[in-house]
Amino acid sequence: MQKIPTFRKGGIHPDDKKVLSNRQAIERLPVPAELIIPLSQHIGAPALPLKQKGDRVEAGEKIGQGASFISADIHSPVNGTVTALNKVTLANSVVSDAFVITPDTENPMGIWEERPYEAFSAAELQKIVKDLGIVGAGGATFPTHIKLTVPRGKTVDALVVNGVECEPYLTADHRLMLEHSEMVVRGVMLVARMTNPKKIIIGVENNKKDAIVALRKVIAEHDFPIVVTPLKVKYPQGDEKQLLKATIKREIPSGKLPLDVGAVVLNVATAFAIYEAVAYNKPLIERIVTVSGEAIATKRNLRVLIGTKVADLLAYAGLAEEAETYIAGGPMMGFAFYDDQTPIIKGTSGILAFTEEAHKQAPVSPCISCGRCIAACPMGLQPTKLYRLIDHRQYSEAMATNLMDCKECGCCAFVCPAHLPLVHAMKLGKRLGRK
Amino acid sequence: MEKPKIVVSSSPHIHEGSRTSSIMWNVSLALTPSALWGVYVFGFRALAILLISIASSLLVEFLLQRISHESTLSDGSAFLTGLLIGMNMPADAAFVVPIIASAFAIFVVKWTFGGLGANWINPALAGRVFVFFSFTGLMNTYRMPRTLAGVDTVGSASILTEIKLAVGSGTVQGLQSTEILEQSSYGHTQFAQSLSNWFTALFNRGPSPYTIDAFFGNVAGCIGEVSAFLLLLGGVYLLIKKIITWHIPVSFIATFSLLAWTFGGFRNGLGLFQGDFVLQIFSGGMILGAVFMATDMVTSPVTKKGMVIFGIGIGFFTFLLRYFGSLPESISLAIILMNIFVPTIDRYITPKRFGEVVKEAQS
Repeated sequence: MQKIPTFRKGGIHPDDKKVLSNRQAIERLPVPAELIIPLSQHIGAPALPLKQKGDRVEAGEKIGQGASFISADIHSPVNGTVTALNKVTLANSVVSDAFVITPDTENPMGIWEERPYEAFSAAELQKIVKDLGIVGAGGATFPTHIKLTVPRGKTVDALVVNGVECEPYLTADHRLMLEHSEMVVRGVMLVARMTNPKKIIIGVENNKKDAIVALRKVIAEHDFPIVVTPLKVKYPQGDEKQLLKATIKREIPSGKLPLDVGAVVLNVATAFAIYEAVAYNKPLIERIVTVSGEAIATKRNLRVLIGTKVADLLAYAGLAEEAETYIAGGPMMGFAFYDDQTPIIKGTSGILAFTEEAHKQAPVSPCISCGRCIAACPMGLQPTKLYRLIDHRQYSEAMATNLMDCKECGCCAFVCPAHLPLVHAMKLGKRLGRK
Repeated sequence: MEKPKIVVSSSPHIHEGSRTSSIMWNVSLALTPSALWGVYVFGFRALAILLISIASSLLVEFLLQRISHESTLSDGSAFLTGLLIGMNMPADAAFVVPIIASAFAIFVVKWTFGGLGANWINPALAGRVFVFFSFTGLMNTYRMPRTLAGVDTVGSASILTEIKLAVGSGTVQGLQSTEILEQSSYGHTQFAQSLSNWFTALFNRGPSPYTIDAFFGNVAGCIGEVSAFLLLLGGVYLLIKKIITWHIPVSFIATFSLLAWTFGGFRNGLGLFQGDFVLQIFSGGMILGAVFMATDMVTSPVTKKGMVIFGIGIGFFTFLLRYFGSLPESISLAIILMNIFVPTIDRYITPKRFGEVVKEAQS
């Protein structure tokens, strides 16, 4: 049998806990009583509001206009009324303006009809992706149209589609690939039309064998030029740098982008959103969210409207025990938050509720230089040294020790026997070091 | 309604579950078989020495944490230091010796430099070396193990001391270490003799009975260092638990073996590749040092490559000190010498960054 590839340097093997929710078919959450739609759901400038308090909105109507080059449009998920324009704190602590929308009691959902899309040119497709507010669904929420606009003079060797979902607990992408394989694959082919790659790869970790089979089946039916590559399970393989190393054996130089090694990387959920946008003219107004964690009664994969409050998801799934920590995203890189009125945004892949036991916190003790963080760091950094520098407020020295290469994946802190807040320090050091 | 307590902290929100204290207690656990063997072969006095050094280490740590207002007794580090000091004592050391060693280790070497994680040499080693040079005679007088007591023996010198003295006297030119020991009628067990014969019958050559005794721990020496076999067993446990890696022990012992095999015969008038490195590996504190002392996380390099360099350095210094130094035993000195180089190694041996070198694309 062929050797299953992965990336080489560093990485960890946490208990993936996917079995908690990976057999739960995607369910649609009923339309909630109120939606909170932040204007800042993406990396870059917040969108500018196009509606005011009291305005009527229609499902799919643009309500926020992307403000600059790196920004994205915002659309209303429902037919309804804007009842307020407030400030909200998102799970990642960003404070953003947000529409509060009350959906209509009758027929709140939009109707999306399929349209022929074979005739669209690459430029038209790119415009659709931009106009319908597509951003990266993996969590980084980078506006997708920028990624898909290949600059003049650059060529794309490989389109690598990210079906890795390496974060423990999360199964949203898994269920999506399994249940909507056809749409995912068609979305990938649309992306290929925009970027014109020489080869197309979908990388999927080997703990999702059924998804690999499902994708391959669809690809074979249509005879698409797509290769599904199974990858050995290892965190953080879903990061684009590790993914490219594992799939096409190329290493993105420090501070560079995938395009610099001739690659475009895109999440499966983004490909799915692109397909819906192109084939149904449907903006990014809903997404699949895994609701899991030891404190959740029935772990689920829910299709929810953007702007749905966490409280609605928790009420639907039920809390079995008192939760100590709520997390938006995965347990390795997600954000802890405290307010159940926090809305689901375009990049929220999961809502996790942990009991105290699952959370496993221990008091911090001194660093004993065991070097485990160095062995675990996929970027070849020295977390122990960076931590010491940041702790001593030597921020510029830390920057010179390649602090900016750190992507806060959390491998170092996961293995640290002294339980040092390493990622916390890296985030702090970056913020203060940039000044 | 009162809101439940919700913890908001930085990612990651999960942890593999390791603790510094679990590392320390696991190392202590891995040392236990060898320590118990020491108690068995050297008698209750060995147990007394072990208990005294553990108790005094804990006491000193306890008194110091009253000053610094920290609670560090349960992290297992002081217990481990005490255990290692005890295991590095001859069974007949005066009771005050382990107390002095523990106090020096915990107070001077660990606490004054900033406590756990901040010391630059292994506290237990420093404690041992401190008393070794303070009570040289006492520290070099070993008791014969119970398993050898019935055998006609010349005294209570360790194998290494015996060989060193014989080589020093200049009367053993051209003899292998086995012959040197035979000439001075150094004792060995009947068990080792029969096992040696069995090997020889089967493969035409075999380890000398002295090597076999050294491997299983039927030799004179410090309480916890004699049974290479049980120490290696503890080492395997630590490897399985991923507390140590192979890098330091293997590079250390391999370097030493290579040098001892190649040049080790010179001092008693033999040629190249005549050194009896196998006996050397299993004698003295080599295995204890390689598996448990040199691998001390605080005082060894943080990168794998650095660990290999560190191990090679210890092997080199051990060879020099054992063969050309005035002392028969030198593991602790060799390790401490290399401890000095650790900050330098860590400064220059850094991991290769991801994306540092752009590999040419291959398609």
